[in-house]
Amino acid sequence: MSATFAILFYLAGLILICGIVWKVLSYARIPVRYLLPIAPAPQSSGGVALRILREALFFESLFKANKWTWLFGWIFHYALLVVLLRHLFFVTWSIEPWVVMLFFPGDVAAWLMIGSLLGLLGRRIFVDRVRYISTVSDYAMLILILLIGITGVVLRYRVPVDIMATREFTLGLMKFDLTDLPRNVVLYLHLASVVALVAVFPFSKLIHFPGYFFSPSHNQKYPTAKMKDLSR
Amino acid sequence: MGSVSTRKIKPRKSPSVKPNFCSDGGQSGGLVENWQELAIAKLGEEVRSNRALRVFLDSCVKCGACTDKCHYFLGDGDPLNMPVARQDLIRGVYRRYFTAAGKFFPKFVGALDLTESLLEDWSTYYYQCSECRRCSVYCPFGIDTAEITMVGRSILDAVGIRQNYIHTVLDNVNRVGNNLGMIGAAIADTLEGLEEDVLEETGVNVKFPLDDTDADVLLLVPSADLFAEPHVDGLIGCAKIFHQQGIRWTLSTEASEAANFALFIGDDEKMQQMTRHVRDTALKLGVKQVLVGECGHAWRVASSYWPDITGNGLTADFETLHICEFTYDLLRKNRLQLDRSVHNNKVITFHDSCNVARGSRMGEYPRDVYRIPRALLQAACDNFVDMAPDTICEHTFCCGGGGGLLTDELMEVRVSGASPRVSALEDVIANQGVTHMAAICAICKSQFRSVLPKFDLDMNMIVSLHQIVGDAVVLNSET
Repeated sequence: MSATFAILFYLAGLILICGIVWKVLSYARIPVRYLLPIAPAPQSSGGVALRILREALFFESLFKANKWTWLFGWIFHYALLVVLLRHLFFVTWSIEPWVVMLFFPGDVAAWLMIGSLLGLLGRRIFVDRVRYISTVSDYAMLILILLIGITGVVLRYRVPVDIMATREFTLGLMKFDLTDLPRNVVLYLHLASVVALVAVFPFSKLIHFPGYFFSPSHNQKYPTAKMKDLSR
Repeated sequence: MGSVSTRKIKPRKSPSVKPNFCSDGGQSGGLVENWQELAIAKLGEEVRSNRALRVFLDSCVKCGACTDKCHYFLGDGDPLNMPVARQDLIRGVYRRYFTAAGKFFPKFVGALDLTESLLEDWSTYYYQCSECRRCSVYCPFGIDTAEITMVGRSILDAVGIRQNYIHTVLDNVNRVGNNLGMIGAAIADTLEGLEEDVLEETGVNVKFPLDDTDADVLLLVPSADLFAEPHVDGLIGCAKIFHQQGIRWTLSTEASEAANFALFIGDDEKMQQMTRHVRDTALKLGVKQVLVGECGHAWRVASSYWPDITGNGLTADFETLHICEFTYDLLRKNRLQLDRSVHNNKVITFHDSCNVARGSRMGEYPRDVYRIPRALLQAACDNFVDMAPDTICEHTFCCGGGGGLLTDELMEVRVSGASPRVSALEDVIANQGVTHMAAICAICKSQFRSVLPKFDLDMNMIVSLHQIVGDAVVLNSET
């Protein structure tokens, strides 16, 4: 089982990196023919940077659009970030105190992540407009991430796993020196769903993460008018 | 947005309203034989050459933010008028033929085969989008349905489904130089008539010069400004301002059209051709400035597309300004002499035209595009009120007739698309006694003149911004 997971991890990682690099390169290669920023658009590069930061950090446009979607979406993304940081424990060579300090916020974030995912899933099911535009993959994506979150929480509180041994395994992956993964079905499920998510990333809507930065709507600026004086 | 009627999906209308299509396209007056192959090839070409399209097709996460933002959806509840659903008509095809996920798991990711019935939906719903970009304001990734609609229309064109109204207009421009097909003599005649009218009304000999090679300023107006109401009153207003300021200006028979309908169908070649035509005329006349008149998408094309089409040459040879920027500059320098009392009996509101409000810029700061027109109205009239905040500025509703939909057979769509704007207008009429709504777009003005009566409102409520300013202009006697 350890070997299987090792192969899956390497494979998924390779797909993720190559896929994103390929996508980003293909975006970068395609020209933008005209000025397409959505007004009111900034007229300086600083303004553009600020606009992108506001969107990327606070989801400003989504906030204007729909408060519930914004709330669930924003909480989900930040909770995911904190949860990911908590997992640094498994990939840092030595056990850093600041990483251990992330355990508690990470535990809280896991619940927030599950809650916000349920909120997003609820909107998809119960708001007729959102239900209409949803495809199977939209539900599948939410359910996959929910599965990761729920198995994670189960590992934390119900079916404890030897985290030191797990850490040895992940560090082993990084050193190409394989050790045994603890025998734990929930852990297998947790890892398998992570592998699936990582592998589909470049081929799915998850590509919105790098894709956003190529959106001419937000990354272009207008020139400023210089007015000549013709009246006499 | 309590005034808006629906945010719930209603059953799709059947049959849904469609525009008339040209009968000369294709082999048997319509769809060409190998249309499917052609359409897919054209889509492939587009996704490989248009970054915006590619990013927009890939990035949508179906969050639903846009679903209740389109005025056509708010008007009729048709699910395919939800911007994301409209995009998905092409996104599904893109996934099916150009992505791994769609090739191998089409059902799973919502990929669509390009069937004849899907093409029917394209020809319906890409002509129930006015390319106003309202949805894109709310999209977390700035996905712009207008770009996708333009591509959809250009593919439809390529397979022989060409919308009649837009192509009639484009043929007129090609043949005569303006959308309405007015020949030079008719323009000269009209302008003479306007001079007489203004002289009679004011006793001042305000000139409407045509093809004047001594002019410093070329005013490029939508051809509707030459005769339609209330458009022509805007042109008269501009002439009065030029007169008061002693500015040497001219109209042109060659460049007698500011509008550029090629934008609406994503026809780059025609759009560039028309742009070069304007540029050549301006160079021939030797003007220092080209002022773009009250036409929404004309200003979008001029401010956003001209520089890329002509290179930097355009800005080097002459300046391009919006007429509002020009008038505002005079106002700012305290040069405009206005008598506000002429508007004492009016309460004015402003309809931000979508192409200006979301597809262009004005002045020195990003929000000047909203501030400048309002400053001009407030300078000319004491009583100015805005409509509800979520219906103005970048949130403005399209008039319902933009993007090439201003044609009679689409009247049902135009009326339902106008309803969100009209209910915001009705609010300020009821609560703040608004009497007039000013606009800076020829399509908005024509559209409101047609649809306001359907809501039991006076068609004369809709006025040109430069009509309001022009009426307040204090005219010196003979110059």
